[in-house]
Amino acid sequence: MVVKVISADHAVAWAVRLAKVEVIPAFPITPQTLIMELLAEFINDGELDAEFIAAESEHSVMSVAIGASVGGVRTFTASSSQGLALMHEMLYVPPQVRLPIVMVNVNRSLGAAAGIWLEHNDSMPERESGWLQCYVEDNQEALDMVLQAYRIAEDERVMLPLMVCLDGFVLSHTVERVEVPGQEEVDYFLPRFRPCVTLDPSEPQLINPIVPPDYAMEMRYQLDRAIDASRRVIAEVDELFGRTFGRRYGGLLQTYKMEDAEYALLSLGTVTTTARAVVDELRSRGEKAGLIKLRFMRPFPEKELKEVTKDLRSLGVFDRSLSMNGFGPVFTEVRGALSSSGIALSDHIGGLGGRDVTLEHIREIYSDIALGKAVQDGANWYGLRRRRK
Amino acid sequence: MREKEVEKLTIRDVPNKDYFIWGHGACPGCGVAIAVKNIMRILGPETIVYVPASCLVVFGAQYPFSSFDVPYFFSAFENTGAVISGIKAALRRKGKNALVVGLAGDGGTYDIGLQALSGAADRGEDVLYLCLDNEAYMNTGIQMSGATPFGAWTTTSPIGKKIKGKRRFKKDLDHIVAAHDPAYLATLSIAHFNDFVRKVERAKAIAGFRFLHVLTPCVPGWKYESSRTLEIARLAVETGMWTLFESYENESRVTYKPSVMQPVTEYLKLQGRFSNMTEEDVNTLQRWLCMKWWIHYKDQVEAPPCRMFEAERPLAHDGDPLHGV
Repeated sequence: MVVKVISADHAVAWAVRLAKVEVIPAFPITPQTLIMELLAEFINDGELDAEFIAAESEHSVMSVAIGASVGGVRTFTASSSQGLALMHEMLYVPPQVRLPIVMVNVNRSLGAAAGIWLEHNDSMPERESGWLQCYVEDNQEALDMVLQAYRIAEDERVMLPLMVCLDGFVLSHTVERVEVPGQEEVDYFLPRFRPCVTLDPSEPQLINPIVPPDYAMEMRYQLDRAIDASRRVIAEVDELFGRTFGRRYGGLLQTYKMEDAEYALLSLGTVTTTARAVVDELRSRGEKAGLIKLRFMRPFPEKELKEVTKDLRSLGVFDRSLSMNGFGPVFTEVRGALSSSGIALSDHIGGLGGRDVTLEHIREIYSDIALGKAVQDGANWYGLRRRRK
Repeated sequence: MREKEVEKLTIRDVPNKDYFIWGHGACPGCGVAIAVKNIMRILGPETIVYVPASCLVVFGAQYPFSSFDVPYFFSAFENTGAVISGIKAALRRKGKNALVVGLAGDGGTYDIGLQALSGAADRGEDVLYLCLDNEAYMNTGIQMSGATPFGAWTTTSPIGKKIKGKRRFKKDLDHIVAAHDPAYLATLSIAHFNDFVRKVERAKAIAGFRFLHVLTPCVPGWKYESSRTLEIARLAVETGMWTLFESYENESRVTYKPSVMQPVTEYLKLQGRFSNMTEEDVNTLQRWLCMKWWIHYKDQVEAPPCRMFEAERPLAHDGDPLHGV
């Protein structure tokens, strides 16, 4: 193990190197670029024995990744925003063909009102595609989660692609202290990839032909069950990771001071760190505030969420994305899961288009949750230049 | 296979074993099925096939059946160049040496797939890209593509009162691919079979990015009698609508020269898709062909026309949508 001071993008590149990925198709897009630049350096310096394929678009990047994965080798790629949107069509292939591709999405807003800054509106729509989807909080978690991702994705009970999402610029270009594990430990944690099906002339297989209505629905069902089965694998892998490297993340979700909490915020990504500081403040004043860090959007931890929220009076959800003229997608999922719980639920939108989310915003959100301001007429917006409330 | 051996190959050298077997759902007389069946015989068992959205993806393999007796994969329409790049990369990593071939249609190559084709050619991927050119989007019901010839009827270039058929000439895809310096590039006709065999064998033997372009007549799309597929494929070459050439090792050469240029009407009159061409449009097409003829054959093959031929019979239609005149 060595300690480096690196950005989350570079932490990801180190994880990919340690995972001994063999094929890496790439197309440059801000703020993902640092990942691919460092991987290209590793390969050209002979430090990573892999193929770097500079494709001509993100659509082709995902197509190359699909080809490489169905060819039977460990495959990695990364994207952001417009690039992920361009991949959209191809994202539906790996889940149904059961290809354990790992992709890092560096979250960034989608145009129009174009910008390169942080928002979750690029990855949230892709939760319908069948990819497992995880959100990380800091650079260490970015590195660790890529290693966990391969272990989860390639488990024979799962065999699904996994998208690790990290917050653009807040993590991707910000340096932090990161422990980079040694190769031997990683080799122990992450065995070689053994594909279940692959294209090999010695055993011809028909992979992903046209599927008529007689069979297609069963395939959808199997995919749905595989996503469900991944819940258990995610928890197991987190356990194993903890035993190997000494760090645990809680699997599907992580709680903070929830034991006796009366009200809480559910967040994902970097906002969690800010919220943790606010919870500490509130606790020092004797308030019974808690925090839930949602790590996975798919599989969505419905049972786990019911368990940790059962004694709550009110729960707020922080959304860094928006389903236009509706609620944030995280809130919609949470409300679906807790619809019969009787807890006052509210949606809190902030940080869109790269707008900074400050301690003050989070304090305001907690005070709104504490007052039980359940949303009746829509989501509450924080940090707007002109407050609508 | 050595150069001299390839030069001697004929139709007799094609193996009998099929890797695109019976049971597929193509129309009788389908040019794509004829081309793929013979190409797969020559490429043999050490082949991995990728088919993008096209007729072939529908009639070649539908779960749980497949006419391909080799590994087969499909994922989308526009990504043939990219997917075969990925499969080949995986094989290289595993130290395996199968031929990775993409079997795309003209829409999936000329139009929506051009970017991925260019990317793969530009990277010099060690793959074989095959374009099965039936000159329109046949899988979705005969819509015009970049490959559709001038004057042809399709459902998106209908014969209207004001505009009659496609108004642009066929896109010169081979020159676009040639500009990428591929390892091998050739045009094929199912009616010139010795030439066909040699070119597929050569493409199989050479390493690097290889591009084969086959003209594949389409019975319902071109509206002709299904027994006439080969006749029409042959006339395409004899009239200059299709030229047989190959390009490799920095040299380009015509591989079959018609003895004399046939008037394009000989080709047009067999096909319902051209049945409503005006005389002026036929002249326009003929002039364009004469220019192409000169570029391809220079003065090696006599081209008496370019003054117009007189049509033996007027171009008229018998009313049957499947028939030419």
